[in-house]
Amino acid sequence: MRHLTAPLTEADVLSMHAGEHVLLSGTVYTARDAAHLRMMECIAQGKPLPFDLEGQVIYYAGPTPTPEGKPVGSIGPTTSTRMDASTPTLLAHGLRGMIGKGQRSENVMRAMQEHPAVYFAAVGGAAALMAACVTSCEVIAWDDLGPESVKRLTLQELPLVVAADAYGKDAFTLGQAEYLNTIK
Amino acid sequence: MREIDAALITQTVARLCIEANRFLPEDVACALHQAEREEPFQPAKDLLELLGGNEKIARETQMPICQDTGMAIVFAEVGQDVHINGDFEEAVHAGVHRGYVDGLLRKSVVGDPLRRVNTGDNTPAIIHTRLVPGDQIRLTVAPKGFGSENMSRLKMLTPAQGVEGVKEFVLETVELAGANPCPPMVLGIGIGGDFERVAQMAKEALMLPLGEHNADPYYAALEEELLAMVNATGIGPQGLGGKTTCLGLRIVAGATHIAGLPVAVNVSCHVTRHKTAVL
Ligand code: SF4
Repeated sequence: MRHLTAPLTEADVLSMHAGEHVLLSGTVYTARDAAHLRMMECIAQGKPLPFDLEGQVIYYAGPTPTPEGKPVGSIGPTTSTRMDASTPTLLAHGLRGMIGKGQRSENVMRAMQEHPAVYFAAVGGAAALMAACVTSCEVIAWDDLGPESVKRLTLQELPLVVAADAYGKDAFTLGQAEYLNTIK
Repeated sequence: MREIDAALITQTVARLCIEANRFLPEDVACALHQAEREEPFQPAKDLLELLGGNEKIARETQMPICQDTGMAIVFAEVGQDVHINGDFEEAVHAGVHRGYVDGLLRKSVVGDPLRRVNTGDNTPAIIHTRLVPGDQIRLTVAPKGFGSENMSRLKMLTPAQGVEGVKEFVLETVELAGANPCPPMVLGIGIGGDFERVAQMAKEALMLPLGEHNADPYYAALEEELLAMVNATGIGPQGLGGKTTCLGLRIVAGATHIAGLPVAVNVSCHVTRHKTAVL
């Protein structure tokens, strides 16, 4: 299986294709509904974001509290479509990857072609397994949001599927058609 | 008259919240591992293996199976010969508070739906109480995640739409849900009753054992037919294609009005959790 390291380069992104299973290591940031609203406010007011978006990957996740002696609690993806409204703006500001679950809007798919980016599906609900792929977790902004704060994670071989690529293809449509073909 | 202390209710609810979030019910785990063995489409099989692995890791490391540890739905069957010392509902909320704080579960509840401030301890619980004969209290805690809850739907069909209308509505709901409820899903279907009762029946259906069928052969056959229809969509694990779209589907049906045919589909996921204790 293919190994990748975040932050991602444009070449990384352009080499990935919908449906591929990959293992992601490196640094990513968590942000979900409330953090997206605040990031959009920062951008609208010209204020700095909690981290520079250039080349970065955002994981739509809000983990359970961290148990003693562990780097992080259970951490699986949340539904990505709720972030669709803010995603094109973040992509225009340099965001290069997103990790979540479920399909994206046409607007997001189009913006991912304009500003080459990749959308990964993590295995929804496999949150204890994914916690074992996180080696460090640090809250870097908006602690008041609790599970929704922005956290910097170090990943080690997180299993992901390339759900949508920079060429407008999505693994949901492709995968379902491919399976249905096998039973014709 | 048997006396039961509110403190015992609190303690029990706290334990059930924690256990429900760490250990998948045996029937759901069984259905998941069986799907893992039987899935014919290799990419889907690989994903099901990760889900099976996750269930084991959660059990062994005592971590929550899923990060969305849900809103705590509590079903209470209270024997009419029981006297509770203390405030029953307060005792349940206190149990949820203790379970979610001590068990390091995620606090996912906001106190007001529009102003949205997190209550910080996952309270309040949603409590469904029934008075039954006897001198025991049966408590079930069912933490419900909202990735799947958000995909649930209810419709007031007309009697003329009949069983075909029900089938169409179930299929439409599954297709609209797509990848969002972390398929493989578990589906609870309510048919009959009135507007609010049908939604409750759908939730009750989610508590029924998978791998068993409705006692009424008519509904048992409908459960099988609907399950086969859902698994023919090709949505598959995580919506990425495959046979295993749904691990199990149960129906609760009940009396309704001559002018109506309410139907509700409560969508749940492979992390369908519930744990019961009898006091
Ligand atoms: S839908 Fe189920 S498995 Fe998915 S995140 Fe929600 S609770 Fe977890």
